[in-house]
Amino acid sequence: MVGIASYGAYIPRYRMNHNTIFSAVGFLGTFPPPGENAIASHDEDALSMAVAAGVDCLGSIERQTIGGLYLATTSQPYMVRQNSALVATALDLQPGIRTADFTGSTKSGTGALLAALDAARGATSGGVLVCASDCRLSKPGSPQEYLYGDGAAAILVGVDDLIATYEGSYSVSYDFPDRWRASGEKFEHAWEDRFIRDSGYGQFVAEAISGLLKRYNMSIDEFSKIVYPGLYAREHGTIAKRLGADPSQLQDTLLNTVGDTGAASPLMMLVAALEESRPGDRIMVAGFGNGSDALFFRVTDRIDGFAGRRAVRQHLSAKKELSSYEKYLAFRNLAPMDLGMRGEIGVRTPMSALFRDRKAVLALCGSRCRECGTPQYPYQRVCVNPDCGAIDRMEEYRFSDRHGVVFTYTGDHLAASVDPPSIYGLVDFDGGGRFWFDFADCDLDSVRVGMPVEMTFRRRYVDESSGVHGYSWKAMPLRA
Amino acid sequence: MAEGIRDKVAIIGMGCTKFGELWNKSAEDLMVDAFQECLEDAGVEKKDIDAAWFGVHFEEESVGKGATSMSLALKLPFIPVTRTENFCATATEAFRGACYGVASGAYDVALALGVEKLKDTGYGGLPGGPGLMGTKSALIMPKLTAPGAFAMMATRYFSVYGLSPEEGKRMLAKVSAKSHYNGARNPKAHLRREITEDQILNAPIIAWPLGLFDCCGVSDGSAAAIITRADMAKDFRPDPINVKALQVALSPGEELMYTKWDGAHVETGYRAGVMAYEEAGIRNPREEISMAEVHDCFSITEAVTMEDLQFSPRGKVKEDIEAGRFNLDGEQPVQPDGGLKCFGHPIGASGLRMLYEMYKQLQGKAELPERQIKDPRLGLTHNMGGFPAMNIVSVAIIGL
Repeated sequence: MVGIASYGAYIPRYRMNHNTIFSAVGFLGTFPPPGENAIASHDEDALSMAVAAGVDCLGSIERQTIGGLYLATTSQPYMVRQNSALVATALDLQPGIRTADFTGSTKSGTGALLAALDAARGATSGGVLVCASDCRLSKPGSPQEYLYGDGAAAILVGVDDLIATYEGSYSVSYDFPDRWRASGEKFEHAWEDRFIRDSGYGQFVAEAISGLLKRYNMSIDEFSKIVYPGLYAREHGTIAKRLGADPSQLQDTLLNTVGDTGAASPLMMLVAALEESRPGDRIMVAGFGNGSDALFFRVTDRIDGFAGRRAVRQHLSAKKELSSYEKYLAFRNLAPMDLGMRGEIGVRTPMSALFRDRKAVLALCGSRCRECGTPQYPYQRVCVNPDCGAIDRMEEYRFSDRHGVVFTYTGDHLAASVDPPSIYGLVDFDGGGRFWFDFADCDLDSVRVGMPVEMTFRRRYVDESSGVHGYSWKAMPLRA
Repeated sequence: MAEGIRDKVAIIGMGCTKFGELWNKSAEDLMVDAFQECLEDAGVEKKDIDAAWFGVHFEEESVGKGATSMSLALKLPFIPVTRTENFCATATEAFRGACYGVASGAYDVALALGVEKLKDTGYGGLPGGPGLMGTKSALIMPKLTAPGAFAMMATRYFSVYGLSPEEGKRMLAKVSAKSHYNGARNPKAHLRREITEDQILNAPIIAWPLGLFDCCGVSDGSAAAIITRADMAKDFRPDPINVKALQVALSPGEELMYTKWDGAHVETGYRAGVMAYEEAGIRNPREEISMAEVHDCFSITEAVTMEDLQFSPRGKVKEDIEAGRFNLDGEQPVQPDGGLKCFGHPIGASGLRMLYEMYKQLQGKAELPERQIKDPRLGLTHNMGGFPAMNIVSVAIIGL
């Protein structure tokens, strides 16, 4: 038996109302549907959000038990340098695992999930964590700008302690040229919406779901939840009607609250469905993009005791409006912004040093002294406790999932940032350890000495001259 | 027990350029200017100098590596020249090297010169960049600026001692107002305007809670000293100034990575002070130190330093500031020349610029009578380099 052992999700804090976009670029003529999109902050991207969803999904599950990480995205920062390996390092997974990037289509979310389920079936050890994440760049004023939202989901696939068992799948694949982006291009191209809707979306999802029903000799009313992305709100309902499904079976598409999150979309909806499901429920999931994958799951008794994930529901309610379209352009580097000459000082990333210190930089691992028990970040060979000072008596100690409090802070207007002031400070970790960090997702007025914080994996910089996307951990206010 | 440096060497000449945004002066020009005044003051010739120490911090912004820029600029005749760099204590480290060179008996006359040309970067503030703290730190530490790093100490000080931001900022405004009063009276200072507390409080925020006038200037400048053996000093001039103590303390990482430091003081400052008082035989610094030039890169740094150096009891500096203790006419004048606040902080020059003011005051030669402190006996200089959580502090004491 294989299936889902855990789930998690991530939705960035910012939401931008479609009217905000329309008032800035509406003169270009695209009239928006109502709603808002989730907007990744300037220090977030597909990888940082994948890590956030992964952290949510893993909870207190021992990282050593994970046997693989599959990343699904169409907005990966690296074409060469495996993005899933970077995510696995950030999650502090052990090196003896399988990692793979699934990309090139929004269908890659369900594709990665299917691959993980197949892998788990034959696996000798450990679950496979599937992270699906998208942070797609859309051309200002394009229909995609209203449609696309940023978000991520994570599903832990395994054989033990399942909250939902995997029951079967059916896939269809077409070289459907609805959207494309050639190597080296910044923005997607799209063919006419009516073509995408009528020849693709409206056809493939129904085809995959019908195929699955036929293969397993089931009828649509046996499913308590039917999950498939909602690229076109009305067509979403029409597909259900064609399948003979009742509207009450349809899982909310998140289209008006988060937007279409691409590769992450079906998995985020699956997570949302699992959040409200009961033992025995059957859930149908289908993706869309160059065809469709349909999968179905049966929820187990374990769902009742399953908790402690922020998943979709809690992320939906924690939000802050981004009312400046210009700020959004700055976040996405879509308009040249003056950061002053200080902002032009180059960052060169010594890759050999990054690899050597990957545990400190990407996984936020430090050390704990075996003699005196003092946690310290980054890893020290000589214990920092002045009453100890032991040499080479350290064991590895991970800070990324530890909470802490603000020891001190500032809001710096001199530091170059597209979102000034730069807020940073020193954090005292619960259980010991202190270091300085940038702060994310907070407003200066709300920061206080003693304020509880948690850690979040973020993109620190993009060095366009050397093609390096740099990442590390920041502190953010502890989420309720 | 080591003997220490007390009364082994003496300063027989000093020079200091005007500090400022000296668009028409190169680092080499500034070195020549400071050197010339220094030679004249000491009454020696270049050939009398046995060895030299050279302080510069941001070499990549001006003179390049090594010490050849100084030997070339001054045409030093094939003598040893050693470059020192230790953050903001760079000039004091050059001075320390020269003093130890003479005290060891290796040389009779040594030169210490510091210079910094900051105004060729094209932007305000100190040059930044990820490499400042090393490769690994660049990958994990926030993009700190100096104002931000010290603002965090202000935040902490206010929190530990229960000051509201308004109370705290008012206290700090008095620090800056005092220094501007002094700087306005000093022809060599960069910023020479008196500023009111309200102007300071209403200035734009640079890094919360520090505003524009809580920050020191950014300037070009150079300063130099010539040192000889104390027993030879009177052969050169009737009023040499003896070196009483030279101490340096550096962070071992406790402040940044261990959780005992309170963030409202600079531990290295306290330690360097204690070591320097011991070396100079000082029991009560609040009473015995006549005056001081301390590292007021930011108003909060000066305030905290008053406590670190035991001029004020812990948490009580506000009372001394309000009582005017550190004013030019107070019981213990601090920054009589205007401090970093008004001189700016050409890093490689600052420590020697501070010594220049103490030296002149001890000789009774502050240019204008209104600037002259009455009968000073001991002057202290203090540099702090790096950030409150990770730094170096140097303390020098000179006197009659």
